[in-house]
Amino acid sequence: MEDLEQFRQHVSQWLEENCPASQREPMQAQEQYWGGRNGSFASEDARLWFERMRDKGWIAPEWPAAYGGADLSPQQAKIITEEMKKINARKPIFGLGLWMLGPALLEYGTEAQKQKHLRAIVNGETRWCQGYSEPGSGSDLASLQCKAEDIGDHFLVTGSKIWTTKADECDWIFCLVRTDPDAKKQEGISFLLIDMDDPGVSTTPIELISGESEFCQTFFDAVRVPKENLVGKLNEGWSVAKALLVHERKLMSEIGSDSPRHVLVPNTAAREYLEFDDGKIVDAELRSRLVDYDMQMHAVGLTHFRTFEEKIAGIRSAAPLIMKYVGTEAEKAKSELLLAIMGSRGVGWEGDAFTQSEIDTTRLWAMSYAMTIAGGTSEIQLNVIAKNVLELPQGGES
Amino acid sequence: MSLVLNEEQRFLQDTARSFFSENAPVEALRKLRDSKDATGYSTQLWQAMAQMGWAGIILPEDYGGADFGFTGLGVVLEESGRTLAASPLFASAVLGASALLLAGNDAQKQALLPAIASGELTLALALEETHHHRPTHIATTAGETANGYVINGKKCFVLDGHSADKLLVVARVSGDTNDTEGLSLFLVDRSADGVSVERTFMADSRNAANIAFEDVHIDSADLLGENGKAWTFLEALLDRGRIAIAAEMMGYALECFERTVQYLKEREQFGALIGSFQALQHRAAHMQSEIELCRSVMLQALSAVDETPEQLPLLASLAKARLNDLVTLTTNEAVQMHGGIGVTDALEIGFFLKRARVAIQILGDTGFHKDRYARLCGY
Repeated sequence: MEDLEQFRQHVSQWLEENCPASQREPMQAQEQYWGGRNGSFASEDARLWFERMRDKGWIAPEWPAAYGGADLSPQQAKIITEEMKKINARKPIFGLGLWMLGPALLEYGTEAQKQKHLRAIVNGETRWCQGYSEPGSGSDLASLQCKAEDIGDHFLVTGSKIWTTKADECDWIFCLVRTDPDAKKQEGISFLLIDMDDPGVSTTPIELISGESEFCQTFFDAVRVPKENLVGKLNEGWSVAKALLVHERKLMSEIGSDSPRHVLVPNTAAREYLEFDDGKIVDAELRSRLVDYDMQMHAVGLTHFRTFEEKIAGIRSAAPLIMKYVGTEAEKAKSELLLAIMGSRGVGWEGDAFTQSEIDTTRLWAMSYAMTIAGGTSEIQLNVIAKNVLELPQGGES
Repeated sequence: MSLVLNEEQRFLQDTARSFFSENAPVEALRKLRDSKDATGYSTQLWQAMAQMGWAGIILPEDYGGADFGFTGLGVVLEESGRTLAASPLFASAVLGASALLLAGNDAQKQALLPAIASGELTLALALEETHHHRPTHIATTAGETANGYVINGKKCFVLDGHSADKLLVVARVSGDTNDTEGLSLFLVDRSADGVSVERTFMADSRNAANIAFEDVHIDSADLLGENGKAWTFLEALLDRGRIAIAAEMMGYALECFERTVQYLKEREQFGALIGSFQALQHRAAHMQSEIELCRSVMLQALSAVDETPEQLPLLASLAKARLNDLVTLTTNEAVQMHGGIGVTDALEIGFFLKRARVAIQILGDTGFHKDRYARLCGY
């Protein structure tokens, strides 16, 4: 305990000395640094902040130092996050490689894969996207058809992936591909790393109801992929994917905590957009919805802490399995509530008649619908709880 | 602050679970109900609980208590909730003991706490005067006399009011109804002259009473805390009570939910176990999510009593509001998912359903606590 307290002091002092003042201001979406060959820093301070964190090993503090991490414990990593939050330090880099592929490679990757990819992720040299869903395989992910044929010294990949985040700006994609068309669904799938620069790879952005194009469809036309890019064993990619999904769902359940946009929080928005009388919101319906939301977030936040404490104490509980469901549903409810609080100012779309934060809030509301779909829909999450926690009898395939 | 139980608390949980399932199953409550038992709980059971140390579970060892803290208390209350064990645990060991701890002077503590810890003396809090929880709405008066006070007024929904030895009476010494100023807390013997107790038979088959005080004379030594300043500790007392009853409610929710999930694995219709139907699976999984959220809230609220009392008002209202909603959801779904048998008296689910509705009214319904939480958040 005393060691952790000392560590906290060290972190706090180091951050104080090394985090530039400009990197403690709220960040616009376009100021985020995602790395990769298309990545660029919004300012010299952003570059400096990233490089200092990278050299300290704190981009991925829990990863081994040999791969660019700092060999720290989960408790220590949490302290870094907490201390960064205290001074509103920006995240120096964002990325699916850091959050999702990296942890999966540490568990399933070969030494060569770890050497090649982990440090490149931490150094911001490669930006990754995820190739799981296909136009015909959404919730029923295991029905995927994108195939990788073994033709001797490499695989030949043909098919397409959808909801590949910013694939048009990424360097690499980690994919689930079918390597045995005759095996039962989950058993003929492998986990493959594909260089987006390879001939035969192309991307098309998809415009969403928010007006943004965060996602793409990615096409593979007879793409040659070296055998060494297979992660885990052939036809056992489903296990790797499941392990990785855990990271994705955890991430999504925490998504609201550091939204990049200038979005209002309901409690603050209420003060700006609602009438108060004697310290109380006059609109009883909105006051009731606001307190429901605040209580829900209070409970969700406490449950995040609990999952962390349970992990440290080695206690297994159902809590981690519910977090994606409750976290993303709460985020969606928050957007809906913000619109209600802001009235007609919450439904502006563009132009000078609305403030940037008003438009951002409306746009995020439109984006929020993706949260309970991506990474496994809420309905799939409930299936998982019914099966794995409640051990209810399984009927049809799910 | 901890959101996981330690080894001692987990052991206490196992002990309490076996104790209540052996000594106070739901069947015992059914018997108390059917026989219209005069006391409303088994005094033998209460003695056995006292021997386990639970009558003095939050009391310091100096007063013969077990000093397990509120988290320990929460564990026992939750287990007692699983079997709907009727006992003075909440009225006496939580509200009674907490009132003395928060407001009693040394003489009062020394005189009463050891007897509470041993289970010999039981207390009940006479607070409510309307059919909704309104802790400042006190019209009962305490006029000063030469050597004490004289109490006049009417109280309702006094839990264990017809069986407790002593009543903790909230009365007004000055100000208007609804003022927080001018309230005092008095210890009154239930058998004192002028006290008339009418037992009220409630849906949950547990104990409550309406009590009238007519020129009840008490000694000045029976004032708890400073005269007219009861609000300073009354809120803290009520928050402890809210968190404690929420812990007991967690037990109803868990037991109802587990029985329901078990039924989903046994009942066949259309040639399949009904638990394989997604319409029911999703509702069950949603309940599991609500339970997990409430679990975190409860652990935080219980540990806050001992460790961070400044967080109590917000956490107590969060806990009571959320548990009110949780028991409503889990008991309603339990009845619905059991189908026809769910509405029979033979199935014990009905006991949970009815107890839940009474517990919701104890120390604040959801509306009360949502309003309070909102005010605490500044809106």
